[in-house]
Amino acid sequence: MFSYYLQLGLRSLRRNPVLTALMVFGIALGIAASMTTLTVMHLMGSDPIPWKSDKLHYVQLDNWSPDRPYNDDGRSPDQVTYRDAVALMEAGKADKQAAMYKLSLPVQPANPELKPFQSLGRVTYADFFAMFEPPFAYGSSWNRDQDAQHARVVVLGRDMNEKLFGGQNSVGKTVRLDGQDYTIVGVLGEWKLRTRYYDLTNGAFADPDDFFMPFTTGIDLKQRSTGNNSCWKEPGDGWDAYLQSDCVWIQMWVQLDSPARLADYKSFIDSYVNEQKKSGRFPRPLNNRLPDVNEWMVDQKVVSSDVKVQTGLGFAFLAVCLVNTIGLLLAKFTRKAGEVGLRRALGASKRDIFTQFLTESGVVGLSGGVLGLVLTGLGLVAVRSLYTDYKSVAQLDWTMIAMTVVLAVAAAVLAGLYPTWRACQVAPAAQLKTQ
Amino acid sequence: MLKMQHLSKVYRTHMVETHALRDFSIHVRDGEFVAVTGPSGSGKTTFLNIAGLLEEFSSGEFWLDGVDVRGLGDDARSKLRNEKIGFIFQGFNLIPDLNLFDNVDVPLRYRGFNAAERKKRIEESLSRVGLSSRMKHYPSELSGGQQQRVAIARALAGSPRLLMADEPTGNLDSLMARGVMELLEEINRAGTTIIMVTHDPELAARAQRNVHVMDGQVTDFDTEPALRVTTRKPDAEAAVA
Repeated sequence: MFSYYLQLGLRSLRRNPVLTALMVFGIALGIAASMTTLTVMHLMGSDPIPWKSDKLHYVQLDNWSPDRPYNDDGRSPDQVTYRDAVALMEAGKADKQAAMYKLSLPVQPANPELKPFQSLGRVTYADFFAMFEPPFAYGSSWNRDQDAQHARVVVLGRDMNEKLFGGQNSVGKTVRLDGQDYTIVGVLGEWKLRTRYYDLTNGAFADPDDFFMPFTTGIDLKQRSTGNNSCWKEPGDGWDAYLQSDCVWIQMWVQLDSPARLADYKSFIDSYVNEQKKSGRFPRPLNNRLPDVNEWMVDQKVVSSDVKVQTGLGFAFLAVCLVNTIGLLLAKFTRKAGEVGLRRALGASKRDIFTQFLTESGVVGLSGGVLGLVLTGLGLVAVRSLYTDYKSVAQLDWTMIAMTVVLAVAAAVLAGLYPTWRACQVAPAAQLKTQ
Repeated sequence: MLKMQHLSKVYRTHMVETHALRDFSIHVRDGEFVAVTGPSGSGKTTFLNIAGLLEEFSSGEFWLDGVDVRGLGDDARSKLRNEKIGFIFQGFNLIPDLNLFDNVDVPLRYRGFNAAERKKRIEESLSRVGLSSRMKHYPSELSGGQQQRVAIARALAGSPRLLMADEPTGNLDSLMARGVMELLEEINRAGTTIIMVTHDPELAARAQRNVHVMDGQVTDFDTEPALRVTTRKPDAEAAVA
């Protein structure tokens, strides 16, 4: 019978094209508004590395002022000091570990046709690549020995390699950064990062890094991070004083492959801080944290309250569209009272009528969903052009495509419930006389 | 075929109580052609609606083809209506955006027949009323008499044992009315029980038995229906065949 009801539904939609168009367009608009905002919110907050997000932990040590906390809610600072980062790296207690900071350097291309330009890169350790698993197009990362040797090596991002070498394999060639030559050991492929979760302190939706170089090499350049830098007391003069200060400017990640390893590492950093307290550092109560990737994203409010409000407004608009659809369906089904009476007389039960009309509502929803999908795609194009920061998250994935269609059908069926119930209440005898 | 005893139907609003039928008793036997007559508001349509399971009754007893219909739920009533009863209405009541084939198909869909069985029945019943060549036509392309024939084909397609006709010629001119009446008589001769509500004494006279309804009660009826029976086949399926 379902195919029969489907045929009747399609026939009914063709019978009143204007009314049908109004209903379908109404649902499509509501779906597009809600799904555009929901897609952005969903992709912003989605797990960027689901197979190991619970194993990657961000290190937070509370070295802040005794007079006031770093965050109003008492959370520890978002970054660590150079001293602590190096101490934790040297201790090597995690399965993998990578301290890092953001750096901007001028690039002097070998190709005379290219003008020098400024590039944003990342200074980190070899484990970074094993922890965050960026895809390599050519070559590989440097190794731990090269970290220790302050090697002049670099891994180029895809865009940088495209710009300097036309996308060719540049491994073994050199690139001049801030007057120093670095040997290229690897080139990344397309790294589809919706959120740059490994450095949320400098913008969750920033562009991918142009280059990566060893942390030790970066420190040799004696250039401060171009990312966030927070101090609660004067760092003193000079580079060495800055390195020894309590300013926080380094992000520190560790990979801990089991809950036991996590507990061990937590004990280790607590011991480390307690040890530091003896030398007068870490004046605040013990407040070390090791949030995993998803916890860290929530902490950093990757999904902003603005986006949540916009999503709420999108769904409110959908509700308004559904109320409109209820009215239109009511009008449509009321006009079919005679047919309902006749079908009842010919043997249709109330259940049959209910299923028939609900199927018709579902057909309206399906049509609205397909059109809504197109409008959602256009909405996301608009989001990408208006908010360049969101270009990585303003994209439909299969989950959201399926959800758009399911939501449209469910919404239309929901909107059709009351009109359908009303249609089932038709007294057949009364309708048959008035036909 | 149909038996009602001491049946009553009361319509109530918060102000008024209307007795549409009171102490209404009737017995229609298999294969009869009964005309129900009476003035407007006498209760004959209410009787037809209750007999056709389109309305509930307030009290009394009602058996349809041996089934006690009291307390039947909507699904059971709908199934019984679909299997046992065919309807013919004064206004034809065809669905305008379905062609003749699909109009006749409606009760068969609810019966659950497969596609081949439905097609066979539709073709046979439209052929029976002389409209097999116009299966793909729409109701608006037919005359009133032809539309009523489609309605009769639709009523017959499910091989009902009882045909309920409410003023079946009320919207037709005399020539078309005569054609429809002849068709009904032919169907009755093939074995289908017919109950026809009419104002027209001439039409009523062509039935085997007249039941006169006044103020919601049967006031007059012919007690010897068998005298007017001509030939009969065992069931309505033969009528289609």
